[in-house]
Amino acid sequence: MTQISVRVDGASYSDDVEPRTLLVHYLREQLGKVGTVVGCDTSNCGACTVHLDGEAVKSCTVFAVQADGSEVTTIEGISSNGTLHPMQKAFHEMHGLQCGFCTPGMIMASIDLVNDNPNPSDDEVREGIEGNLCRCTGYQNIVRAVQQAAAEMSGGTAPATEALGAQS
Amino acid sequence: MIPAAFAYARPTTIDEALQAVASGGEDVKIMAGGQSLIPVMRLRLAAPETVVDLTKVAELRGVRDDGDAIVIGAMTTHSDVISDPLIAQHAPLIAEATETVADRQVRHRGTFGGALAHADPAGDLPAVALALDAEFVIAGLGGRRTVPAAEFFVDYLTTALAEGELLVEIRIPKLPGTWGMHYEKFNRVAQAWSIVAVAALVRTEGGRIAEARIGLTNMGPTPLRASGVEAALVDVEATAESVAAAAEHAAEGTSPSSDLNGQADYREHLAKVLTRRAVTVAAGL
Repeated sequence: MTQISVRVDGASYSDDVEPRTLLVHYLREQLGKVGTVVGCDTSNCGACTVHLDGEAVKSCTVFAVQADGSEVTTIEGISSNGTLHPMQKAFHEMHGLQCGFCTPGMIMASIDLVNDNPNPSDDEVREGIEGNLCRCTGYQNIVRAVQQAAAEMSGGTAPATEALGAQS
Repeated sequence: MIPAAFAYARPTTIDEALQAVASGGEDVKIMAGGQSLIPVMRLRLAAPETVVDLTKVAELRGVRDDGDAIVIGAMTTHSDVISDPLIAQHAPLIAEATETVADRQVRHRGTFGGALAHADPAGDLPAVALALDAEFVIAGLGGRRTVPAAEFFVDYLTTALAEGELLVEIRIPKLPGTWGMHYEKFNRVAQAWSIVAVAALVRTEGGRIAEARIGLTNMGPTPLRASGVEAALVDVEATAESVAAAAEHAAEGTSPSSDLNGQADYREHLAKVLTRRAVTVAAGL
């Protein structure tokens, strides 16, 4: 066992972990952060995406020991005082989810994208979330959600797209 | 899926890393970004006794100017490669190809040196390094040596790195003259590996192609130079016809595999088409 000290969603933890423990298993099973989900176990689906020192990573492809001394943000740590993060709010308002399983990872990857590119085009959103798979194939509204959140996060106005339902 | 148990070392200097590798037992794996290693460990296709994690070795990160070359630290992440100003100035082909690697989460962790040392035939960066005549600086307990790209890639997932050695940096010679560059990748879906890809560098002189360097991805167990195409592009008129004629040589001397993505003859066809496209863009046509 190796001792690690890590900050997760603003709280500090010191824990013993086996070196082979994946970060996602540490988050879910030792810290109870079950908002971060395991989708594929093959590094493809992106459902387990969290931020490690501010950058989106697939937490199934990082060992927990590698997070020692780092800051981890999960989907559970992005709202503040009960107010949804603009990306969460946009996914809700634009109906950017169907079954919702991919959503935690989609949101964490999308925030990372918008941090790098505050005003992504349709194509840039699609490229930006290529590491995240939605088995309901609801990408159309996910793209709209990311663009609405991008506008809000950069202090501008939302693009002139109506909040269409899942049929669009 | 959970990897088999292993001993973990996290050195902070190259010397510490070499010591950790030397004392790690029979089966030591050096981990760069871990984006290929961790997946195969989860599948237990690899179950090393010791993992030496390089992520805290700061001296392995970053890009510097060294006069006639730029030098890329082996642990420079794909994300940092994409946004690096020296690479943008002297070897934009590297950034262009790196943008096509995997996805942004993987590019935050995965590294330039890790991808080269892994030497997957479908990986994009080996063919790019080969086309750029990169040099690989390798450290061992006995000192350092430099290996040219043409000798670094030995076989499927096999490089000139000997046991106990570490890839520390990659030197990319600066190119004199006017060069155009393009990486043309063919795959079917997001995140997918190259079925075939072509890295092209073309030096033009007053409307003529003076010389070209062509690297092929996934046309054999190692990256290859399309020497038939290169020979056909010495001092020729820069026209669509001359490029198309030269590209017909792209599959010469290759030995592509057949797999679920395509048969060998399909890959040979792709190599010609993609070479034509890559050279066309690199020549500014």
